Amino acid sequence: MHAISFQSVSKTYNTAKGPFKALDGVSFDIEQGEFFGLLGPNGAGKTTLISILAGLSRPTQGRVTVHGSDVQADYAQARRQLGVVPQELVFDPFFNVREALRIQSGYFGVKNNDDWIDELLSSLGLSDKANANMRQLSGGMKRRVLVAQALVHKPPVIVLDEPTAGVDVELRQTLWQFIARLNKQGHTVLLTTHYLEEAEALCGRIAMLKAGRIVALDRTSELLKAASSNVLRFKIDSELPPHLASRARVTGRIVQFPAHNAREIEQYLAAIREAGLQAEDVEIRKADLEDVFLDVMAAEHPLQMAV
Amino acid sequence: MTGWQTLFYKEVLRFWKVSFQTVAAPVLTAVLYLMIFGHVLEDHVKIYDTVSYTAFLVPGLVMMSVLQNAFANSSSSLIQSKIMGSLVFVLLTPLSHWSWFVAYVGSSVARGLAVGGGVFIVTALFTHPSFVAPLWILVFAVLGAAILGTLGLIAGLWAEKFDQMAAFQNFIIMPMTFLSGVFYSIKSLPPFWQGVSHLNPFFYMIDGFRYGFFGVSDVSPWLSLAVVGTALLVVSAIGSHLLRIGYNIRN
Repeated sequence: MHAISFQSVSKTYNTAKGPFKALDGVSFDIEQGEFFGLLGPNGAGKTTLISILAGLSRPTQGRVTVHGSDVQADYAQARRQLGVVPQELVFDPFFNVREALRIQSGYFGVKNNDDWIDELLSSLGLSDKANANMRQLSGGMKRRVLVAQALVHKPPVIVLDEPTAGVDVELRQTLWQFIARLNKQGHTVLLTTHYLEEAEALCGRIAMLKAGRIVALDRTSELLKAASSNVLRFKIDSELPPHLASRARVTGRIVQFPAHNAREIEQYLAAIREAGLQAEDVEIRKADLEDVFLDVMAAEHPLQMAV
Repeated sequence: MTGWQTLFYKEVLRFWKVSFQTVAAPVLTAVLYLMIFGHVLEDHVKIYDTVSYTAFLVPGLVMMSVLQNAFANSSSSLIQSKIMGSLVFVLLTPLSHWSWFVAYVGSSVARGLAVGGGVFIVTALFTHPSFVAPLWILVFAVLGAAILGTLGLIAGLWAEKFDQMAAFQNFIIMPMTFLSGVFYSIKSLPPFWQGVSHLNPFFYMIDGFRYGFFGVSDVSPWLSLAVVGTALLVVSAIGSHLLRIGYNIRN
């Protein structure tokens, strides 16, 4: 049985400018125990897909199951299997941290949950904030409480929608250690993130979403292999000629060329010299997920990689 | 506690934690009404031969407080948590639409009765209340609060902004409450306005409630019970349907 199964999921919003297709026939499965990454630029449909999974939104077409339970027809069973950390930093201002966690347990019918609540508080570094009102917490602390709230009922499937957006380094470390431990214990994790480094380090498999469609889906190692294996990186002070600029990724003074082998690197360097440009701080590095991501997003007709 | 009990408890805790604002303030407002209207009108208005105006006014004010606070509870809780985004914590749970309905309406009834009870206790210091038929008092208080709690639920789901909520409250709930005979007996109105008042379900809530105190009323309490019971069924059907389809909360 799949942990999560998306089957031809489409979602169309009626906007003032006419219908807008946020998701267009998205199908893929996540197996139990996987650490799965969902990547894509803003507006690609990641949050819409998570919302449909969580029952916050309904698909226009298609269906989604969690451990075999349909998220609409059998919503109660599906939601018991799911722990969702929402993207927005929301909180209920009337309660302190412990009250919020007890109430959240109660919604799921979990009684006498204080042992697990204490464990969550200590794992997330919240023990000394247990009696603080939600309003008094910093943004990072509120984010930790959101994670704890999603886990009060010990769900087998954990969904994190950009949990580290705007979060400091310390919390990111605490959070990932904790989530990685839960994953080792057998929990399935679905993560959406903008931090490609995190996805590369954590996720066994990755799907990339663009304009409501899956444009890449494979093991992280395969995705990295499929990309150009090396990147030539250097700094220059002047403009690149157009025929080079179209193949480069330019960030301020930094120029990066994807390259498959040493010959390509030599050709790029020769072209720079011919153009009369002075390259500084030249280095060659291995391609990372960011390069793969930019390749896939830039392709006009991206290849559907092994699904 | 089971799921719906937790949601009910959370909703009660929500208003109880700010009870100075949600319970004490409306009690003070009602007492001010009693002191001013009672003082000004005591010698000028006679409604039933056996009942003084101040005594007549007390049940009306109690019921008005019950109704307005029941409405305020579910409507403000929903609109606030929708706008703050914290409704997501309930939306992610396996709670059925009936659980939502019972918890939101039940907590509104609890707040309505808390405020109504407070108003009654304080106003009892100024008058000598009678209880001809206590069961009628309780029945109409609970049914009236349930209707307004459900209307608050519907308004809370419908409204997307605070000003829409204020419009619902000021242009529907307030006129229907004030024109239902809180401050007067509709027998004192011209025939046309008596007829109009008979179309207002709020009139039957207050008239039936008042019957419980004095044993006299403008219409039979059984008729009032039938009208109020039907009104509750109608608004409950609408409210629970909106929750089932996730109106304005699940897109």
